[in-house]
Amino acid sequence: MPTTVDVTTPSDREIAVTRSFDAPAQLIFDCHTRPEYVQRWLLGPPDWSMPVCEIDLRAGGRYRYVWRNDAGEGEFGVQGEYREISAPGRLVHTETMDGTEGEALCTLTLVDQDGRTTLTTNMLFPSREIRDQALESGMTDGMSTSYDRLEDVLGEKVA
Amino acid sequence: MMQPQNLDATFSALADPTRRAILGRLASGEASVMELARPFAMSQPAISRHLKVLEEAGLIRRGRDGQRRPCHLEIKPMIEANAWIERYRELWEATYQRLDSLLEEIGAATGPTGE
Repeated sequence: MPTTVDVTTPSDREIAVTRSFDAPAQLIFDCHTRPEYVQRWLLGPPDWSMPVCEIDLRAGGRYRYVWRNDAGEGEFGVQGEYREISAPGRLVHTETMDGTEGEALCTLTLVDQDGRTTLTTNMLFPSREIRDQALESGMTDGMSTSYDRLEDVLGEKVA
Repeated sequence: MMQPQNLDATFSALADPTRRAILGRLASGEASVMELARPFAMSQPAISRHLKVLEEAGLIRRGRDGQRRPCHLEIKPMIEANAWIERYRELWEATYQRLDSLLEEIGAATGPTGE
């Protein structure tokens, strides 16, 4: 079954990303909370890896992810604190990107129905300016390798 | 590049069906407020209020042609807002396709019962 990601902006300060998966909720939950799994898929552009993935999975526990460009040209990290852990349906944590001000509150919701799972990640930012920055820069500023290419394309279309 | 606060104004302005219809009309050429009001069965002041929102979002520009002040489409912000959302979406698409592969691999290793 073809699946596509849906991105919406429910309010001035939010981004919601929804997608369905052909897998049970618990497996998807594990893929978000076990370092050996997280490091396999949460990677951004193709030439980036995640050498650092530390997860202390308990309410009040912290996590830290660091991505690195294979060419050694860039490094970028995020960190935060777990607020609520209710496997397999719900995971709430804060998120701060390296080099930025302000903390986002991220809520992962997994709804299992007839063997398929609908995943929703809702990100609530401290202000709409920070929300828009996150939206504009793609997943992370440091990983936006196609940024310049997009500007070229936009330049052609609107010139 | 567009300022973040404008991006938000663009999304708000595009949320209204009348305003989207006005943009559709302007895509085929400039029009005065009177010309725009005609197909919508709305008063000119009501249309003017919509035009003000569109103008503030940078989606249209009002001419200085005397009384007529024709409206022009100013498409750039709309293209940019859509492009940012689309690019963000594509990043997640690629990321979740990797998750699909991983889920398949783990599922095959643990079997259908999850053991």
